[in-house]
Amino acid sequence: MSSASGPCAIRASGWGWRHAGRARWALTDIELSVEPGERVLLLGASGSGKSTLLSAFAGVLGGDEEGEERGTLSLDGTDPSRQRGRSGLLMQDPDAQVVLARVGDDVAFGCENLGVPRQEIWSRVRHALDAVGLDLPLDHPTEALSGGQKQRLALAGILAMRPGLLLLDEPTANLDPDGVIEVRDAVAAVLADTGATLVVVEHRVDVWRDLVDRVIVLDDDGAVLADGAPAIVLADSDSALRQAGVWIPGAVSIEPAGEHRRSADAELLIEAQALTVARRRSTFVGGPVDLAVYERSATVVTGANGSGKSTLALTLGGLIPEHAGTVHARAALRGDASPSPIRWRSRQLLTRIGSVFQSPEHQFIAQTVRAELAVGPRALRLGPVEVARRVDELLVRLRLDALADANPYTLSGGQKRRLSVATALATRPKMLVLDEPTFGQDANTWRELVEILGELRDAGHAIVAVSHDALLAPALNATEWSMPRARAYDHDDAATGPDALAARVVRGGGR
Amino acid sequence: MTVLSAVRVGPLARVNPVAKLATVLTTSVVLIATIDWVSAAVALALECVLLLAARLPLGVVVRRTLPLVIAAPLAGITTVLYGQTSGHTYWQWWLVEVSDGSISLGLATALRILAIGVPAIVLFITIDPTDLADGLAQIVRLPARFVIGALAGLRLVGLFVEDWRALELSRRARGVADGGAARRTVGQTFALLVLSIRRGSKLATAMEARGFGADGPRTWARHSQLAARDWGVFGLGIVVAAVSVAVSVATGSWNFVFA
Amino acid sequence: MHATTATNQVKTRRTRTLRWRVVDIVIASVIAVAAGVIFWVWDQASNPIGAPIEAALPGFQGIINGPWLFAGVLGGLIVRKPGAALYVELVAATVSALMVTQWGALTLLSGLVQGLGAEVVFALFLYANWRWWVAMIAGAGAGVAESILDLTVWYPGAKIEFVIAYAVGTTLSGFVIAGLGSWLITRALARTGALSRFAAGRETTARV
Repeated sequence: MSSASGPCAIRASGWGWRHAGRARWALTDIELSVEPGERVLLLGASGSGKSTLLSAFAGVLGGDEEGEERGTLSLDGTDPSRQRGRSGLLMQDPDAQVVLARVGDDVAFGCENLGVPRQEIWSRVRHALDAVGLDLPLDHPTEALSGGQKQRLALAGILAMRPGLLLLDEPTANLDPDGVIEVRDAVAAVLADTGATLVVVEHRVDVWRDLVDRVIVLDDDGAVLADGAPAIVLADSDSALRQAGVWIPGAVSIEPAGEHRRSADAELLIEAQALTVARRRSTFVGGPVDLAVYERSATVVTGANGSGKSTLALTLGGLIPEHAGTVHARAALRGDASPSPIRWRSRQLLTRIGSVFQSPEHQFIAQTVRAELAVGPRALRLGPVEVARRVDELLVRLRLDALADANPYTLSGGQKRRLSVATALATRPKMLVLDEPTFGQDANTWRELVEILGELRDAGHAIVAVSHDALLAPALNATEWSMPRARAYDHDDAATGPDALAARVVRGGGR
Repeated sequence: MTVLSAVRVGPLARVNPVAKLATVLTTSVVLIATIDWVSAAVALALECVLLLAARLPLGVVVRRTLPLVIAAPLAGITTVLYGQTSGHTYWQWWLVEVSDGSISLGLATALRILAIGVPAIVLFITIDPTDLADGLAQIVRLPARFVIGALAGLRLVGLFVEDWRALELSRRARGVADGGAARRTVGQTFALLVLSIRRGSKLATAMEARGFGADGPRTWARHSQLAARDWGVFGLGIVVAAVSVAVSVATGSWNFVFA
Repeated sequence: MHATTATNQVKTRRTRTLRWRVVDIVIASVIAVAAGVIFWVWDQASNPIGAPIEAALPGFQGIINGPWLFAGVLGGLIVRKPGAALYVELVAATVSALMVTQWGALTLLSGLVQGLGAEVVFALFLYANWRWWVAMIAGAGAGVAESILDLTVWYPGAKIEFVIAYAVGTTLSGFVIAGLGSWLITRALARTGALSRFAAGRETTARV
């Protein structure tokens, strides 16, 4: 294990990698040289092998069992896989990086693996937690942390290892705006502390622009397209970056298309009055909210992290009962069913309200995309001819026809999102409720989704989206409603263990 | 992780988990070796006395031992009805045969289950998984990679619960929640497995990136060692086992299971 | 530490290693934890199902034992390393014991025995054959081991008809549910792409 410290240099020469079981090389002929202390932003289309490259720098690509390597790649002249701990890798999913149940233990994990003596471990842990701004006791449960806090925890764990190279693989993709700033500031603190070299992959340029001094752009085949100072590269490679879906600062131009402002004769579909929402056995309630949704309109509900937006989406969608207040479905929406959506049977929901969840994987039921689209229509007991017709129509409309026989889990992020919207549309509900539909999307898939939603709105559907994305409401010409801050609520059976207490601290404080 | 969170009150909380594990295994092995109601009853009585000394919250103990308290008599009744017959037969119908022998076997079975299960439950309530992993790796010297890998996998349990709820709600939204609960549960379980494996693969990469699994010595941030208190608890376990065996042998009712 | 050698050569040493990678350990643990939860659920559910079978056909309740046997076979099929079946069953049993089933520490013993039953079968095939029929034999192996344990611990005074019925039921349950069931689950998982880092995943998916 390397005991060198100080920033680390990267050299790659003719380097390529092919994953086992694939015919195509993920990366070929990479020629790269990064000086110690340099800060690099790596841009490029999804699938251009950026994650693979970062994993290679971290030495975690796996051995011969997992793929073939070509050329050389070295950190300070040595193979990265022999220098675990010399680099730190921060990845996209906050939940998949927490190793242990208590904050202090998780940060100490890296040090333990590197053989750091016990006394030194705990002083490093405290220093690291301070540096990233996590002011929590060492036995605070890690599962009670927010997304931004979890990413900062992982950063603290990396910092405690005193790495010479910091590798960030889309670290803010799954975070809300507050979390994004938290993580960016924590990274800046880590860099100030260690002077380490930085390589960050992200499609949000504005977040990292001021922190980096070099931008590298990869093309679809993984070859280097542009390399230089941020100002120059971002100006010159504008078109390539646009194609790659990069969020270029100030370049998002969505013209809200179609008719806006609901027309006077649009029917009222659903109404919420003094509605407060809560999950089962939760100590928090969101609301109260007064909401009216009309056909042929878009509504966006915004609110702070933890204010109960997702819970509101579930309640409006008829999936969980109201905590207090009412959700009243009008005749135009409910037809011959009861006025209260929670009382509807699952099949009745299909033609009335479609729900699209934040994480598409939670909604997949079938083995192929085609079968997935057929689930709703089959549940409605439509004949096979009608089912096939609807499926084919949706495949074409949402550009999933090439993927008709693929397993839903193997789709890319943007494709999964389109599929989950398509499955909700298969049964032609009047109202569509979407939870964070633009989460983690690059500029291209974002634009695509917004266009689809706009078309649906113009076709007569009601779109209700809960989101912390500030660009969504204007792009859809939507009415905006804001959730009030969540408040604590004392059940008779409120849990008294440390988990509940921690949850209160986290969500109430809104760190 | 409320299902697995440890109860941190009473003197048992500070006892090393490895000592608790060893105690449970000792009494279990000894009690499994015989099928007689005397040893089981003596063990159970002693255990209940010690349980009170542990000063655990009564509500928690009752709630967790309830399944056992229900299952033990049921198993006993099964044995009474279908166990080996000996002595006077009281009732017979088709395959059911209640006799002296089967009654005493039934009693022994029920008491035995309680005597083995109660200390296990009580001691396990106070075990924290991370501390147990530390103990197993540092004291018992199980390979660190496996112990910690298992602990990391265990931690993902907390996330299962949220995922399960989301999966349930999505089935309602997809129109398939009206009937066929068994089939739906199987589908949901599979989906949960897929999500967990993907998350686990990412976690494995994150752990490797933090130096886990590489060659070289590993240190421990939390020191796990056996103190007098731990040997004391283990000693009590041995005493309970020994006394129950002694009484059983003395009254002549020792019945070695492999005989 | 030496500097990397080959410059523009393709490194194609394809060795089958029997050493556990970190991802093997973590995924085996994830499967084990999931199985442990399923064990716990089946513990609760099996009582109302098993009792009537037991009452009507004593000994045949062995047929419901399948769900407890699948963990080892599944672990072996996915991870494909020595000790996988044993490890997964043992950890699964520990998890369900921690969640507090009615059987407490005995669950650990069950896990050990069931795991060994499957492990022995995979070892006999030199950890190289992972086809569906090997999986079924492994499931049966776990079933046989479990019957021996159960009849010794739980039904020590049982009559011979009970013993035979129980052993046959459990073994059959293992053969079908644990053996074939685990193989089918592995295939379904591979199709979702979740097993891309494992040989089990690469066999099923086409080369793209």
